Amino acid sequence: MTALEVDKLSHSFGGLTALADVSLAVAPGERRAIIGPNGAGKTTLFNIITGILRPSAGRIRLFGQDVTRLPTHRRAQLGLARTFQISTLFPRLTVLDSVLLAVQGLDPARFALYRRRAAYDHLLERAQSLLTDWGLADRARRVTRQLSYGEQRQVELILALAGAPKVLLLDEPTAGLSPAETASVADMIRRFSRDTTILLIEHDMDVALDLVDRVTVLFQGRVLAEGSKDEIRSDPKVGAIYFGTDDA
Amino acid sequence: MKTRIAGGAAALAVLIALPAVLSSYQLSLVTKMLIFGIFAMSLDLLLGYAGLPSLGHAAYFGVAAYTVGLLALRVANNFWLDFPAGLLMAAGVSALFGLFALRTRGSYFLMITLALGQVLWGIAFGWRSLTGGDDGLPSVPRPDLSLPWALTDGIPFYYFVLIFFALAIGALALIVSSPFGRALVGVRESERRMEVLGYDVWRYKYVAFILAGLFAGLAGNLFVYFNGFVSPSYLNILFSASALLMVILGGSGTLLGPAIGAAVIVGLENFISGYMERWVLVLGIIYVLVTLFAPNGLVGLVRQRLGSAGT
Amino acid sequence: MTFWITQALNGISFGMLLFLLAAGLSLIYGLMRVLNLAHGSYYILGGYVGLAVMRATGSFVLAALAAAVTVTLVGIVMERFFLRRFPEQELPQALLTFGFLLIFADLSLWIWGGTPQTLAKPELFERSMRFGAIVFPTYRLFVIGVGLVIGLGLWWLQEGTRLGAMIRAGVDDAEMARGTGVNVGFLSTAVFALGAFLAGLGGVIGGPFVGVYPGADFEILEMALVVVIIGGLGSLKGAFVGGLVVGLLDNFGKALFPELALFTVFAPMAVILAIRPTGLFGAR
Repeated sequence: MTALEVDKLSHSFGGLTALADVSLAVAPGERRAIIGPNGAGKTTLFNIITGILRPSAGRIRLFGQDVTRLPTHRRAQLGLARTFQISTLFPRLTVLDSVLLAVQGLDPARFALYRRRAAYDHLLERAQSLLTDWGLADRARRVTRQLSYGEQRQVELILALAGAPKVLLLDEPTAGLSPAETASVADMIRRFSRDTTILLIEHDMDVALDLVDRVTVLFQGRVLAEGSKDEIRSDPKVGAIYFGTDDA
Repeated sequence: MKTRIAGGAAALAVLIALPAVLSSYQLSLVTKMLIFGIFAMSLDLLLGYAGLPSLGHAAYFGVAAYTVGLLALRVANNFWLDFPAGLLMAAGVSALFGLFALRTRGSYFLMITLALGQVLWGIAFGWRSLTGGDDGLPSVPRPDLSLPWALTDGIPFYYFVLIFFALAIGALALIVSSPFGRALVGVRESERRMEVLGYDVWRYKYVAFILAGLFAGLAGNLFVYFNGFVSPSYLNILFSASALLMVILGGSGTLLGPAIGAAVIVGLENFISGYMERWVLVLGIIYVLVTLFAPNGLVGLVRQRLGSAGT
Repeated sequence: MTFWITQALNGISFGMLLFLLAAGLSLIYGLMRVLNLAHGSYYILGGYVGLAVMRATGSFVLAALAAAVTVTLVGIVMERFFLRRFPEQELPQALLTFGFLLIFADLSLWIWGGTPQTLAKPELFERSMRFGAIVFPTYRLFVIGVGLVIGLGLWWLQEGTRLGAMIRAGVDDAEMARGTGVNVGFLSTAVFALGAFLAGLGGVIGGPFVGVYPGADFEILEMALVVVIIGGLGSLKGAFVGGLVVGLLDNFGKALFPELALFTVFAPMAVILAIRPTGLFGAR
């Protein structure tokens, strides 16, 4: 069974076709890169997979279950997580409070109108250990908007991990980072357990190819090529679309 | 945490002791401040915690007031019937309005809550046979609870209101520190993030909307007993706007800020109306000044002085 | 039959007045994301200034011009010195405009008193015309005419001119527009001024049949908001269609069901909210 499967997905609005007939299947534990030039439809694909956008046609399956009609939060509860290209952090909350919210997200008590001591302590523990595991424990009390951009991107990753997701979508996690920060984040991603299947949109080809097993190339809303790293590296079609726009 | 509890206890002690030092006129003013404190705090649940700016919150206040007034005058002056009925109506109307208003956000939400509030005002104004129209419903009696102290007297009524005020603060404090309350703040800060984290954002907003309406109804109940009178003005935009200003002036997203804002506005209105008829002008000027110079309210200003990191 | 036609024409003329106001509101929101609650004040200020000028000079045209210009200046001051301090922050801006709504409401009560007044119609349109059995005040036809002309003018401005293109670009993406050399600041003031102009003009045009009185600002604002809710905030077409819908509903409602008049206006609003919350022509 595939972890994530997308079947003939199309999306258009106002006469513009963002995606046309996109199909792909990702195996459990696999690391897949989605690459392609700007406007190829990568983020649109992610938005559709996570339910932020409705496709005009096609189906999405998570571990065999059809989630095409499910709202975003239900997909999250089924184990789908994601980071965003533009940070969607909580600007005025501390890092700890943010992670607490993330940890609470899949907790059945998240709708309780009163706080039970034991349940809260448990969540707090999980949040703190997450921060320690990923090296941000000393930033716990800082307000998010006071963090450096690199640290914010790391928090974005931690929020996505908090629910121990089965499928994780990373949208340009190293965008705007310095080489050192990029290496840090890449390290983090390498350390993710193979219980989590990862889809990665990455602009930096070197970073992308280093982290993944297989690659899907999107171009103008369609799948141009798909294969192993080496196959893609040596595919002339892929080289052609990047010719002149390579900004790795 | 300890300082907060100590501070709260001290404030409560002061409030309990007030009748001993204030004149009956002053005490009645404080009673009014407490009632509007509840009203303002209820709106803060929407604005400060859920991030929903409502300009029609008086709708639930007024609906409760009218319900209690009508029942007390036309059916029976029975506290155990009238009071819960008022709360139920307020919650019911907010449950209904929430279904419409929550389909929108930001300025749209502001507009629609304004419009919905005006619908209710229009009904109260136009349906003379039921509501007395512009004349309102006079002579609403205070409840008779068979206590040794008659609620028609200022001091017992003050304690009556104080009890509800304390209960309201207690309940709201519980709510905002609960998982639900924390999630609300998350929704305010980044709805998209919350969706992706697995939260059913609409449900949170809806429940917050109804809770806010419920507490506004509590304030409305108390106010109709306080004034012995209810009129369409309890539902109009000026009323809603005053509540919004109380929240912002006090500091939105802080539990007690709005109560302080309410005390300031009620006090100011009382003071200024004694000298001139230009209260609306003053209200407008305060609106402009607060937005320009103190967007985080009085609590925000105090926090800045004390050097802490904001809400 | 005559009843229906008369009511329809009344409704359409009121609808045109609402269009003037809603168009201003929509334009301002569309470009600047500002919900200008002081729009009601612009209407009433226009009415009072128009009244004063009419009394002094007897000229409707002068009154209309003076009112529109005065209100435009007020609008420019509001935008330039107050709203500009909160770029892209919807709530503080809306609150500021609301503060001004209150200030102007009380100031006008203070200056001009509480007696409701009506503006005298221009001599040219004082009479009524007969179409067979229907007697219809020509002034109302004039209002419809003005509405259509302004509607066409605004449409041409939006679709056919460079200014319009810049406004549309600014609406879509202010950052990008700035990048291509569009002076968004100047544009904001210009659009705000235009909105105020329309509202001030509306105050004079509406003067003869809606009247000028304390509370008219709140009432017309309410109506304009309903128009914009139904038609869609930010859409000129929406302001026009919404204006017609609300104008007709309000008139027929008052004529047929006087006690339930408010329902006839608010029921469709509720329907729109239920099925298409951003209005008929609003952006999703």
